Amino acid sequence: MDILRIATAGSVDDGKSTLIGRLLYETKSITKDKIEALEAASKRKGLDFTDLSLLTDGLIAEREQGITIDVAHIYFNTPQRKYIIADTPGHFEYTRNMVTGASNTSVSIILIDSRNGVSEQTKRHYYISSLLRTENVVVAVNKMDLVDYSEDRFKEIKESFESTVGKSGFEGQNITFVPLSSLYGDNITTVSEKMSWYKGEALLPILEKIENKEARIGAHEVPARLAVQNVIRPKTTEYHDFRGYAGRIASGEFQVGDQVIALPSRQISSVKSIIKFEQELTSAKAGESVVLTLEDDIDISRGNMIAKVGQAPEGTKAVKAKVCWMDSTELTAGKTYFLQHGVNVQKAKVVSIDSVLDVEHFEESEDRTDIKLNEIGLVNLKTAGEIFVDKYENVPTNGAFILIDPMTNNTVGLGFVQ
Amino acid sequence: MINKNIDTVSELNNRTDFESNRSFPRQLEDEAIYIMREVAAQFEKPAILFSGGKDSITLVRLAQKAFYPGKIPFPLLHVDTGHNFPETIEFRDKLVAELGLELIVGNVEDSIREGKVKEETGKYASRNALQTVTLLDAIEANKFDACIGGARRDEEKARAKERIFSVRDDFGQWDAKKQRPEMFEMLNGKIEVGENVRVFPISNWTELDVWNYIKEEKIEIPSIYYAHQRQVFFRDGMIWSDSEFINKSEDEVPYEATVRFRTVGDMTCTAAVSSDADNIDQIIDEIIGAEISERGARIDDKRSEAAMEKRKQQGYF
Repeated sequence: MDILRIATAGSVDDGKSTLIGRLLYETKSITKDKIEALEAASKRKGLDFTDLSLLTDGLIAEREQGITIDVAHIYFNTPQRKYIIADTPGHFEYTRNMVTGASNTSVSIILIDSRNGVSEQTKRHYYISSLLRTENVVVAVNKMDLVDYSEDRFKEIKESFESTVGKSGFEGQNITFVPLSSLYGDNITTVSEKMSWYKGEALLPILEKIENKEARIGAHEVPARLAVQNVIRPKTTEYHDFRGYAGRIASGEFQVGDQVIALPSRQISSVKSIIKFEQELTSAKAGESVVLTLEDDIDISRGNMIAKVGQAPEGTKAVKAKVCWMDSTELTAGKTYFLQHGVNVQKAKVVSIDSVLDVEHFEESEDRTDIKLNEIGLVNLKTAGEIFVDKYENVPTNGAFILIDPMTNNTVGLGFVQ
Repeated sequence: MINKNIDTVSELNNRTDFESNRSFPRQLEDEAIYIMREVAAQFEKPAILFSGGKDSITLVRLAQKAFYPGKIPFPLLHVDTGHNFPETIEFRDKLVAELGLELIVGNVEDSIREGKVKEETGKYASRNALQTVTLLDAIEANKFDACIGGARRDEEKARAKERIFSVRDDFGQWDAKKQRPEMFEMLNGKIEVGENVRVFPISNWTELDVWNYIKEEKIEIPSIYYAHQRQVFFRDGMIWSDSEFINKSEDEVPYEATVRFRTVGDMTCTAAVSSDADNIDQIIDEIIGAEISERGARIDDKRSEAAMEKRKQQGYF
């Protein structure tokens, strides 16, 4: 059984929390005590309907202000599949939050209020979905009840999205438009009679058909990479000479007998066994946490990478990357950070900044020496030791890194290798 | 496999037939093992917070798998309120012996004796809130820099917002607004001396995932999870287990009933459910059909709408 990860993004009043509440409600994922608690809380707030958004707004400040502050994770399932929704706030530190919520998802649902149409927020959300190369984008035109379920209004919004947002730099992306009303449940699980002009499917059936991105990353043709998390040496009588390399396969597939190369030592051996607890496997693919043993004793330690011979990434100390900045203290040229690529941490210095995009106004500037919160910059970095990255567009699970501020230890940026 | 037939959606009215409710998604285990391994690599002195409940038992299993054929590189830390179900303690000691683990116990009793916390009084007196002080003391005394816990995001809405690596300051406090962003799988465990991290490897599991995992892995759990005869009494619409630790009023008369526990905290804050489920399949059936959420049986969460968030800010696990 698989798990589909979804991110939802929208502006303050697009009804995102209501949509999620509706999905939970329609899939019978809310228990009676929670519905009762919701009804009571809605009454206390003086509402004459059950406010489904109270389900996800979990922090005291959020409930007081009626807004979402931090990414919340919500779980529901349909007969065949499980879903994890990362609900990201639309207005508050949107780049930081949306990137956090959407980094691992196969689908982004972008909400638009049918009365307001495409907003600046919509553009930002779409831009981030493209930057992350999210394979599926569902543009949910919500609150159709407030525009009399008008086909013309829906078409207008669709055209406006296509023309103002433009083409993404990511050709394989699927974009689907759905008109809906979360409040009344129109086009959520089944096609609504109130919009007989709409020839597409309801939201949930669309989600049910989306292919999980994990399946693609684990395909045999994708170059295989495993970052070593721990070296396992039990030193017991039974496993006296055992030496295994524990890690989660980042991409592709490893088979017993594969010729592999350890990086950075560049020593070559072959896979002797693939161990998953008490099982021995003949092959394992992306996403699986395994222990590999090799035929020869070669130099491998924590943070190193094992790749298949002939498809190994080249080592580099110079990286060009798009960096999303997430900290109130700006990134500055000349400063040194920790760069964490998978489980490999290296010191990295910002050599230069080619350009910076202000996602607030979509203005690009080239003569900058810093990147501010919520901006995205094209940056040249120099690392202290070699790192073995792929371009994000080729192998996403080996093409991203985080930057950590050595002063605060905070995660301050996310980089996509170009 | 995804059923390409859209009819699945219109069949949503019967949750008991959901195939997805009957099997455990293995990605969740891979993710949890990855997290366990990061903890071992990134921290000097991690511990598993062990309550004797099903979630912490699951953590032990995951740790066992993560380092196999090596041993679990963490001790277990149990914060003992002194009001435990005896079955839980018995189970704990057996598990520790079987796996050859180190067990460290922090006693709430000691914190009370040292005058650090005051025993609650009255009908609802519980040591649940007092545990926080004992936990923070145990972390400090043992210099733990990471504590692995079995909290899940589906349990409660403040938990739905917590990260996998959740950094706590010197006072064990959680600041929801200053959480580190977590992207892709990368976990940043860098901290200052005095700070520590709470780690939640089963963040993305639901209650049913845990039960299906216990079933598929044939994991042993304390007997109180299964239906048994017990002296109970009724209070505030819930079934309480009768014990010397609970102050009953005169009209709260204990009677014998067939019950089981869906969640296991200490005896003063865990309500029982009326149930005949005496094996794992029946428990799973019961949960699929349940109308009450898991934490609905936690008396401690009912104190206010924001009860959990407030306790977390103060360092509660």
